[in-house]
Amino acid sequence: MRKALPLGLSLGLLLAVSAQAQTVSSDPLPPKPEHWSFEGPFGTYDRGELQRGFQVYKEVCSACHSLNRVSFHDLGDAGGLGFTDAQVKALALSYKVPAGPNDKGETTDANGTPLTRPGIPADHFPPPFANEQAARASNNGALPPDLSLIVKAREGGPQYVYSIVTGDSTKAPAGFHLTANKYYDPYFPGRNISMPPPLSKGQVTFNDGTPNDVASEAHNVVAFLSWASEPKMDERKQLGFGVMAFLLLLSGLLFLSYRRVWHGEH
Amino acid sequence: MSGPSTYVPKTGFTRWLDSRLPILRFANDTMTSFPTPRNLNFWYIFGAVLTFMLGVQIVTGVVLAMHYVPSGDHAFDSVEDIMRNVNYGWLLRYTHMTGASMFFLAVYIHMFRGLYYGSYKAPREVLWILGVLIYLLMMATAFLGYTLPWGQMSFWGATVITNFFSSLDQLIPHLGTAITTWLWGGFAVGDPTLNRFFSLHYLLPFVIAGVVGLHIWALHVPGNNNPLGIDVKGPQDTVPFHPYYTVKDSFYLVLFCIVFFGLVFFAPNLLGNPDNYTPANPLVTPADIVPEWYFLPFYAMLRGVPQKLLGVIIMFGAIATLFFAPWLDTSKVRSARFRPMLKVFFWVLVVDCIVLGYVGANKPDAVLPLSALPIPLVWIGRLGTLYFYGYFWAILPLLGLIERPKPLPASIAQSVLGDRAPAAAPAE
Repeated sequence: MRKALPLGLSLGLLLAVSAQAQTVSSDPLPPKPEHWSFEGPFGTYDRGELQRGFQVYKEVCSACHSLNRVSFHDLGDAGGLGFTDAQVKALALSYKVPAGPNDKGETTDANGTPLTRPGIPADHFPPPFANEQAARASNNGALPPDLSLIVKAREGGPQYVYSIVTGDSTKAPAGFHLTANKYYDPYFPGRNISMPPPLSKGQVTFNDGTPNDVASEAHNVVAFLSWASEPKMDERKQLGFGVMAFLLLLSGLLFLSYRRVWHGEH
Repeated sequence: MSGPSTYVPKTGFTRWLDSRLPILRFANDTMTSFPTPRNLNFWYIFGAVLTFMLGVQIVTGVVLAMHYVPSGDHAFDSVEDIMRNVNYGWLLRYTHMTGASMFFLAVYIHMFRGLYYGSYKAPREVLWILGVLIYLLMMATAFLGYTLPWGQMSFWGATVITNFFSSLDQLIPHLGTAITTWLWGGFAVGDPTLNRFFSLHYLLPFVIAGVVGLHIWALHVPGNNNPLGIDVKGPQDTVPFHPYYTVKDSFYLVLFCIVFFGLVFFAPNLLGNPDNYTPANPLVTPADIVPEWYFLPFYAMLRGVPQKLLGVIIMFGAIATLFFAPWLDTSKVRSARFRPMLKVFFWVLVVDCIVLGYVGANKPDAVLPLSALPIPLVWIGRLGTLYFYGYFWAILPLLGLIERPKPLPASIAQSVLGDRAPAAAPAE
């Protein structure tokens, strides 16, 4: 008892200190436990979800974030959005991609605007800013990261990205020091994020009548970005089942041979 | 054990070849008729698994190199191009990536098996030393290979590891910096570093293959050790390698492949670090620089020492210690089966290495989350390092003197077959 008292006291003090620290903590919260159609060995991408997510990327995210590693024809892949050739072509045509320098060595037209041409399916999504400096100049010095690998490049994957895009509408608690031009997002390391809350209710209208609240918009766009990070996942899992079946059969046959060869020898 | 050859050429051509290049005789004697103890258990399959893994890494690596661009500007992009646009490129890369982990998993089991059954002791000292050399080469190859995707962890991992050499500055001023600059080919990790790392990453596996050849040669002179750790006394103790061990190794190799390809197809990034999907950026240091899991115990040893040079020495000393194991163990008995005290210390060593790995995976200032009184992990790491050294430099030499081994069985055949064992052949 004589020993337990100071121990309990110091423990209580420790808890009190950590509780006080928590109100203004800048440590990130664990990501929201959102579930996905592509989880686990049997999970596959939901084509409708990817198409809606692409719509969100196109209408919202692409204003600031590039998607450099994805080409238009990737959207025609069977294990992804499954657009038809005509759809891919039409989509590519709707984009202006950088085309300079031309055969005279010019990179801009007479008015000084950079040369562009309509996209073809082999082109990649053109970035919203010409370079890093232009991107930072438009975003209070912050660089919006490329989204091609964002889901694979973050601890927590889709849950983390989902938490970030839905999380920064929360108000900062009293006493939290918010840096100038930053927004409070409890899921972001340091809780100071440069990205303003990206999604709002009704911002995107899905033509299949899917609800367009923030949660649904976020869920769809994160599914799309997961596909962008790992476009061969469906193909990979499908081949995996064939390989597993083959290996299991082979191991069964080898086990029978093993038993027979060693019979009576041990 | 590699007794007189039993090969008899059957056709005119093989007789003709045998008197010119007896390669078929060699293959027969080493892979078919080779007398192998009849009591090898599951833990002896990893030699075959490791040979297979070396093959997998070389074949996938050679094809990946056809698509990879070793340049700071293009390395990351070329790897992503392999993942997205090369036919089955994702399969090649994930197999190579997961293959490195499985290679190390197998080598660790193989080494612990050697430690448990005393396979490093006379007359197999050279066999063991060649094995440690292969392990060292594997570590170098894995480190070089991890740099190649040129992600954040590649870049900063390479920076941390190559900076080991700059600790020599504490011994002779400027020496370490000069060596590091020479290794980098510049004043920081950059394009020239990546280029030479690629060249060496392609070279070392073939050096490994060469040393594996010597390792197998050194195995075939004294023959396999076995779980009893006693010598083979005659033909009744052995079976020919083929078909007995070819079929057994094949069966377990396929089970190993089920785990291996299970990871490749269903959790390819499980053992990876997400930071390596962000392109290398010399201006942004990741929050935590963590090596791959198979280096974590050594990372814990390094970080346990506040003085850099000493930390590097302790870390490399741990690997160097393995070379001395054959002479540090003073016991006459090989197998831990008959060494009741060694058995306990051995399993503590296994747990110790796992604990060191756990310490290495956490932040340097982390504390053990289990207890009310927080124990800093760095101290657990220090104790773990002490035990690792203690096992080899104190426990192994002392146990041989104080331990009373259990009685050894008369022969392998006696132990495996019991009453069915044929009487030992009279000495010739």
